[in-house]
Amino acid sequence: MTSRRRAGVWAFVTTGLVLAAALAVLVAPRASSEPDGLAKVAIEQGFDGHARPSATADGPTADYSVDGVADQGLSTGLAGLLGVVVTFVVGAGLVRAARRAAQRRAAAPSG
Amino acid sequence: MPCSKVRRVHIPDGLIDAPTSAVAAVVAIGGVGVSLRRAGEVLDDRGVPLAGLTAAFVFAAQMLNFPVASGTSGHLIGGLLAAVLVGPTVGVVCVTVVLVVQALLFADGGLSALGLNIVNLALVPALLGYPVFVGLRQLLPRSRASIVLASGVAAGITVVLASLAFVAEYAVGGVGGAPVSTVAGAMVGTHVLIGIGEGVITALVVGAVLSTRPDLVWGARDRVVRRTGQPVVEPV
Repeated sequence: MTSRRRAGVWAFVTTGLVLAAALAVLVAPRASSEPDGLAKVAIEQGFDGHARPSATADGPTADYSVDGVADQGLSTGLAGLLGVVVTFVVGAGLVRAARRAAQRRAAAPSG
Repeated sequence: MPCSKVRRVHIPDGLIDAPTSAVAAVVAIGGVGVSLRRAGEVLDDRGVPLAGLTAAFVFAAQMLNFPVASGTSGHLIGGLLAAVLVGPTVGVVCVTVVLVVQALLFADGGLSALGLNIVNLALVPALLGYPVFVGLRQLLPRSRASIVLASGVAAGITVVLASLAFVAEYAVGGVGGAPVSTVAGAMVGTHVLIGIGEGVITALVVGAVLSTRPDLVWGARDRVVRRTGQPVVEPV
């Protein structure tokens, strides 16, 4: 694997991340706020009332809105940006750890 | 709470009983554990940032609810998309990361329902949806357009399969006493419409990546050929 090719991957990943952030910040605040398929069925079939608030419902970014940001659109956008960053870092970090672990397993029997 | 409308797109706490949720949690832990182990074995250096990007993109896309019928919205699940882009095992890890972050940071999807959500949205696409994609790919001619078509159709079918997984969970441990047959009819009816949206978005994204970096699409690694007749990436 040449370094030029890896640089190309990072250019692709950076472009993708900018796109994901733009979707979260600019488009998500304008997304439909109607209940999604599951929530709609739960409401219509009369069992949605059994839903309990999540244990994390009082968190500072619960419901995709940031505490203290009055503007709803900005609040949703900031929550989206936070989510994009956190999911990237956790996703890449977890997979990197899995790769290291696999390399250690592969090295162990022979040496 | 400044806004009375609680935004959520995943199974909350309380809809499925504790024993059923616990069984789903055990299945989810097993499935994600196996996927993580296998993901570490199949990845190369490039896979690490791509997995992060896939998780981030699926997270962002899940925020984009689109209207599907009066008073109902749908949004990308992204499980099949992730499987086609980075492979089914890495895809399970990506979607699981999204679901855990949504539950912990954004209170979307109950903590007790996390196993149910992982089974439906991460494991079902990898175990049932991805084979549909592979089957369609085999039937179609060897071309870029076939990969796009197969991913779109498989993504739409995956949404319906995921909705059926919820119906099965509701049948085993659902609360509220709604008849399973009517829940099934409503879930499938709604999710056929949402599946069309999922299919279109998945096809567009896979098409866009194929046109820029076909070598980065796992589901095309041994199918998209250069003019020389060689696959762009050697099959693993």
